[in-house]
Amino acid sequence: MELKAKTNKNTIVTERSRMKILMTSIWKNRAFYLMLLPGLVWYFIYKYLPMYGVIIAFKEYNFSDGILGSPWADPWYKYFQQFFESPYFSQLLTNTFLISFYKLIFGMVPSIVLAILLNECRVAWFKKWVQTLSYMPHFLSWVIIYGICIAFLSQGTGLVNRWFVEAGGSSIPFLTSSEWFRSVLVGTEVWQNLGWGAIIYLAAMAGIDTALYEAARVDGASRFRMIWHITLPGIRNVIILLFILRLGHMLDAGFEQIYIMYNVQVYPVADIIDTWVFRTGLEQMNFSLASAVGLFKSLIGLVLVFGANHIAKKWGEGIW
Amino acid sequence: MGGRNLVRGIEDRIFDYIIYFFLALVGLSAIFPLLFVLSASLTPFGEVLKNGGYILIPKTLTFDAYKELLSQARIPKAFGVTVFITVVGTFINLILTTLMAYPLSRKKLPGRNFLLFIVVFTLLFNGGIVPTYLIVKGTGLINTIWAMIVPNAIWSFNVLIMKSFFENLPEDLFEAARIDGAKEFRILWQIVLPLSLPVMMTIGLFYMVGHWNEFFQAIMYVTDRTLQPLQVVVRDILLQNSDQLSANVDNMVPTVTMQMAAVIIASVPIILVYPFIQKHFTKGMLLGSIKG
Repeated sequence: MELKAKTNKNTIVTERSRMKILMTSIWKNRAFYLMLLPGLVWYFIYKYLPMYGVIIAFKEYNFSDGILGSPWADPWYKYFQQFFESPYFSQLLTNTFLISFYKLIFGMVPSIVLAILLNECRVAWFKKWVQTLSYMPHFLSWVIIYGICIAFLSQGTGLVNRWFVEAGGSSIPFLTSSEWFRSVLVGTEVWQNLGWGAIIYLAAMAGIDTALYEAARVDGASRFRMIWHITLPGIRNVIILLFILRLGHMLDAGFEQIYIMYNVQVYPVADIIDTWVFRTGLEQMNFSLASAVGLFKSLIGLVLVFGANHIAKKWGEGIW
Repeated sequence: MGGRNLVRGIEDRIFDYIIYFFLALVGLSAIFPLLFVLSASLTPFGEVLKNGGYILIPKTLTFDAYKELLSQARIPKAFGVTVFITVVGTFINLILTTLMAYPLSRKKLPGRNFLLFIVVFTLLFNGGIVPTYLIVKGTGLINTIWAMIVPNAIWSFNVLIMKSFFENLPEDLFEAARIDGAKEFRILWQIVLPLSLPVMMTIGLFYMVGHWNEFFQAIMYVTDRTLQPLQVVVRDILLQNSDQLSANVDNMVPTVTMQMAAVIIASVPIILVYPFIQKHFTKGMLLGSIKG
């Protein structure tokens, strides 16, 4: 910035002296570059080399020849074609989008409702307790949540199934049935993030002008009407913004959760792109095919994120 | 008017009670599942057999499942691995993140935009699981404890949060120090860091929870069983067939009881620390969402 201002003022500054100013500026800041060095080396190795490594999606990768030495695939799109023509293609895409979409819809609405309830709560200590308790599941790992699922939902010993049986019904194999498994995925996700997701809506509600509520109260509006006409419109922009931003991450349906909880019986409804890539690449050692699918996912993901951010920005101009 | 106010008052009350009811329900549903797991892990086998399963409140308690788990080498070993990656990993995370975020917060740094782009781009695009695995393998980390620390040493998102915190520190501070002749490293160490404890706390805790719950990198890069972290070992235990109520002949502890005890062992440290750190997390969450 400083540099630009200087050069604009002084038009006789030559190319050479401009370089010199830049060099002095860089030299003056050398301590900062030194600080950045370890991080930049790390970024280069663990973030940017893998991006270069995706070229194996176009190669016949084998261990002995390595990333550079392995021969090119013939044709170069061989593995992409193989994926697009495989029966997995539509199944993986359907599962990924469906699970993401359910999580998005069923995740947002309860968090918004909870935020409204917390916002309406007039007893401070009670509100604080509920907040503290409801944020807690966010910090539990999926392994722990899977353990909880076993305690409640396993067919032989789960609490819920014992209730069913005692009530004269029959037990349901929630964790191994393709009819129930997606509901289990979405349900556990909602349980984990219900409270945590409410934080941002609560913050948005705190920003609503209290004069609006007072005016409504004077007019004799009921609290329900105030929620409907003041609170919800007040956080509408945040809701839409979050919705759009999360659409950008539709392809991330939750690798860790699904990998930990799924089993062969539910593959048809639970296998997503990430889990398939993991199994194909690292378990079956089909490196090039898995990389091709991974690259496909990254590229679509990039487009989605850019699209979402673009829409969000357009939308956001009205807010900020 | 008075009559209407009275009606309003009653309506308001009812409204309040409905809200309290649902809030209590949310609070209970967050904690109840873990309490049930805890109770199941403490239920003696005899009582399980008598009731035909686990009940909410057992009449007697036993710590047999915990004794059994802790006497096998696996859980204590895994606990050690997890503590190591949590402590050492968080330390490395914080150093590298700070060293990235501080220079990037200096608006006059030549090349700042390009350097920022390097960080932000990794949030948008990545090489994918397989190429990353090959690079980690190439750097010789497979089956070492460092495979769970180094490949994830910097979270770009945390760099951005910390950077915006540094940007909001008063500029005069730096100017004054520079006039004093303090070198940049000293300014960072003696002036910036003491002022940045809140953000360090928040980001350090984000990293810590991430390490404690470490699973992904462990299954990707570590096959050596002695190096597996807690979450991976607990999942192994959970994968044992738990549908029958059979007990091991030698110790008379049913598989399910063992599984529940393992879940509690893996979650207790988080639950114990959680109430004290909760407010730092909410702060960080809001910082993050404003940025994002």
